Amino acid sequence: MNAPILRLFGVVLVLFAALAGMTSYNSVINAKQYADNPKNKRGQIEQARVKRGVIRARDGSLLAHSVLGTGRNGCQSDLYCRRYTPEAQRFAHVLGYDYGLTIGRAGLEQTDNDALTGKSNAVSSVIDGLSGKRKVGDDVITNLDPDAQRVALAALGGRRGSVVAIEPATGKVRVMASTPGYDPSALRDARVYTRLSSAANSPLFDRATQAGYVPGSTMKVVTAAAALDSGKFTPDSTLSGKSPIIVSGVPLKNFGDEQYGSITLTTALTHSVNTVFAPVAVKLGHATMAKYMKRFGFGSDPPLDYPDAQMVPSGIFDTTKQKLISPDSSSVDIGRVGIGQERLRVTPLQMATVAATVANGGVRMKPRITNRIVDQDGRTVKRIQPAVAARVMSRETAAELTEMMSQVVKEGTGTAAALQGIEVAGKTGTAELNIAKGIDQPWFIGFAPREDPKIAVAVTLENIVGGQGGIVAAPIAKQVMESLLR
Amino acid sequence: MNARNRELFALIPASLLVTAGFAAVFIQRENLLSNLSLTYGAIFLALCLAAHLVIRMTLPDADPYLFPLVAVLASFGLVMLYRLDADLARDQAKWFVVGLVFFTATIVALRHDHRVLERYRYVIASGGILLLLLPRLGGPVNGAYLSFHVGPVAFQPAELAKIAIVIFLASYLRDTRQVLVVGARRFAGITFPPLKHLGPLLAVWGTAMVLLFVIQDLGSSLMFFGGFLALVYVATNRISFVVIGLALFAFGARLLYAIRPTIQHRVDAWLHPFDNHLYNQKVGGSYQIAQSVFSQADGGFFGQGFGQAFVLPPAAHTDFIYAVIADELGLVGAVAVLLVYLLIVERGFKTAMLATDSFSKLLATGLTAVLAIQVFVIVGGVTKLIPLTGVTLPFISYGGSSIVANFILLALLLLVSDRARREAHA
Repeated sequence: MNAPILRLFGVVLVLFAALAGMTSYNSVINAKQYADNPKNKRGQIEQARVKRGVIRARDGSLLAHSVLGTGRNGCQSDLYCRRYTPEAQRFAHVLGYDYGLTIGRAGLEQTDNDALTGKSNAVSSVIDGLSGKRKVGDDVITNLDPDAQRVALAALGGRRGSVVAIEPATGKVRVMASTPGYDPSALRDARVYTRLSSAANSPLFDRATQAGYVPGSTMKVVTAAAALDSGKFTPDSTLSGKSPIIVSGVPLKNFGDEQYGSITLTTALTHSVNTVFAPVAVKLGHATMAKYMKRFGFGSDPPLDYPDAQMVPSGIFDTTKQKLISPDSSSVDIGRVGIGQERLRVTPLQMATVAATVANGGVRMKPRITNRIVDQDGRTVKRIQPAVAARVMSRETAAELTEMMSQVVKEGTGTAAALQGIEVAGKTGTAELNIAKGIDQPWFIGFAPREDPKIAVAVTLENIVGGQGGIVAAPIAKQVMESLLR
Repeated sequence: MNARNRELFALIPASLLVTAGFAAVFIQRENLLSNLSLTYGAIFLALCLAAHLVIRMTLPDADPYLFPLVAVLASFGLVMLYRLDADLARDQAKWFVVGLVFFTATIVALRHDHRVLERYRYVIASGGILLLLLPRLGGPVNGAYLSFHVGPVAFQPAELAKIAIVIFLASYLRDTRQVLVVGARRFAGITFPPLKHLGPLLAVWGTAMVLLFVIQDLGSSLMFFGGFLALVYVATNRISFVVIGLALFAFGARLLYAIRPTIQHRVDAWLHPFDNHLYNQKVGGSYQIAQSVFSQADGGFFGQGFGQAFVLPPAAHTDFIYAVIADELGLVGAVAVLLVYLLIVERGFKTAMLATDSFSKLLATGLTAVLAIQVFVIVGGVTKLIPLTGVTLPFISYGGSSIVANFILLALLLLVSDRARREAHA
């Protein structure tokens, strides 16, 4: 009987090999897929064990913190739950939320998740794990300015729109407002989230980074930068401002069909003359316009410390293909791109970046919401250093363009943005969305002080009847800049 | 070095393991190395030494590795349970003592000649079947009748019944193996056993089917039937008998699948663990198996570290303890556990091969086979290799009846081994 016993042992060997094989499949080979399975909440539960770090505004005011659950208020006992301060309501979009076990994460809560859960600090967490200490995450201090954010929201006055303010030299994001907003605390109830995600005015939508708006004449700053920096034009180049003219076979008129004679490029920017800038863009050509747009950051996601899912690139959006097309494409009416029409769709963050780049002597900085990561002992674990994204134009071009833009605020369309005792440079925009009904998208982008820019802003509002940029958006920009420069 | 001294030395790793394991849990919990962990280790070592002395006095020639290997598993199980829940571990430690008492009692009772068991084969068989039917008196748990209560103690009769059935089969097949082969007829290319000796075999098949239908315990049924087939094969050396047996079992299982929703759910959950409907089903859904593979996925190659897994699968201390092992000790730890079982199986089959009489050979083969199949059924279920059926992981899972039954199983193997090795030396 020994031969069959031996064979039986062979069968057992095969069966056990299958067990080892299946364990390998589960633990190693297919582990990633299992870990990413949407039904797998183990990671979230694990993270909810960590006392998540707090998030603070620039001035130290508390925005988000964690409390240990007791089994009440929808917070499981022995797990930490996120709580938001009333101040956090003003920063709803940029701050995001952390409801890992129900609706997930968004905004800064998602971007800085590793720091907040202490994962970026591997060595100490292993020691904590061994010693049985409860894991504690690091704190995040942001660049966000509560006072200026409050001013921006008040100025938007409940209308749908967005304000973004950036420090030109460092890329620090000081204001990032999107209206309407929401109360991050309310999302604790997943039903509120479901209701808000399908609400008519899209309160969960971050207009600062996700909305594609027609930029209107603010785009002329990009065109002017290309014109000057390519050496084909100077601020004093004289051009004809007669209206209408034919661009790409279609007549083009100035705003209010105003007529200008031979005027300089500076004057054309000051009064936002379409019939000058469209031919300039045509003369520069597709390739040059495409080159400068790319340098300004059009065509790709902004290098912001923010979740990819909450950002869209700016550029020429083909609605039938549902994607961006290159400005280089022959199907693009480059003349109208030069004055911010065509199929251009831009985010407020992109236009704030345009203003900040001019302000920073032509160097585009990466925008940054997070300032630093601080551990529980108060040590700064990581300080986010300013980083250059691209040199867009020469220092000389930037200086010339600054001079031109300050004329806009001094005596052109943007006088409403002027500050007492501080010189402001800027550009207005009025995208006519529905000419018959007079529905506009007003814009203002700019920076101040002119000599040593400390802040750059972009302001825009949705669907305003008779909403000229210089009348509706410029005063908002003025208030926000005033608040930040005070 | 003689066998018993080898056994004594082989117990050292088990004691070190239990001491180190408790120490790890203590360090993690109390942030200090309490001398209590040393106490636990010492108590465990003392228990093992006591059992060793029993073997030394009664079975001096028995296999020296079987007991230490089981001690490794048992100590590992205790540490694992302690890490999950200290109360469970204390309970299990008590059962461990009870198991050792039964172990000793079995050895003492049968030390002269274990073959007296043959005389009581029908009593043992009927007793086993009766035991199996007892849970029908109570209500089902998760759709199966697995245990019954004597006072506060829940008893799972399948664990003991598997030993009873193996004893019966070993004895019955010793008698009939020759006639089964000689009287066999070939029909349609397949060798069939003679009809008049088929009765008891069909009865075993019937028992497995009854287990399926009445108790609805697919796992135990698989265990019994697997042990049965292993024994028939070893007794007759006829693969065709195994094929016939498998066909019969498959037929019964298919029939049951058609009429019993419990089995259908198990299979569906196995095939589609992430199906929304099955996943969210309150009872008998795929939630458990999904959580089990998620646990294993977190383990990776080396595991998260002992005591580090926070999120545990359901029934972590019984059915899914293997998933927790894979999570905390990784693929390496899980395979190490499988290897220990494989070594036990190897010693068991070795014992069977050394035994000189047919009954002892078949008994050792059968006991080893049911142990191996039990491990396969539960680990296979937990790893999603086969549909999940609840049996315990021998010597590791929490459960009194399992510990006691498996210690009796070990005692029988050692009894066979002692006689076989003594005769081999003589």
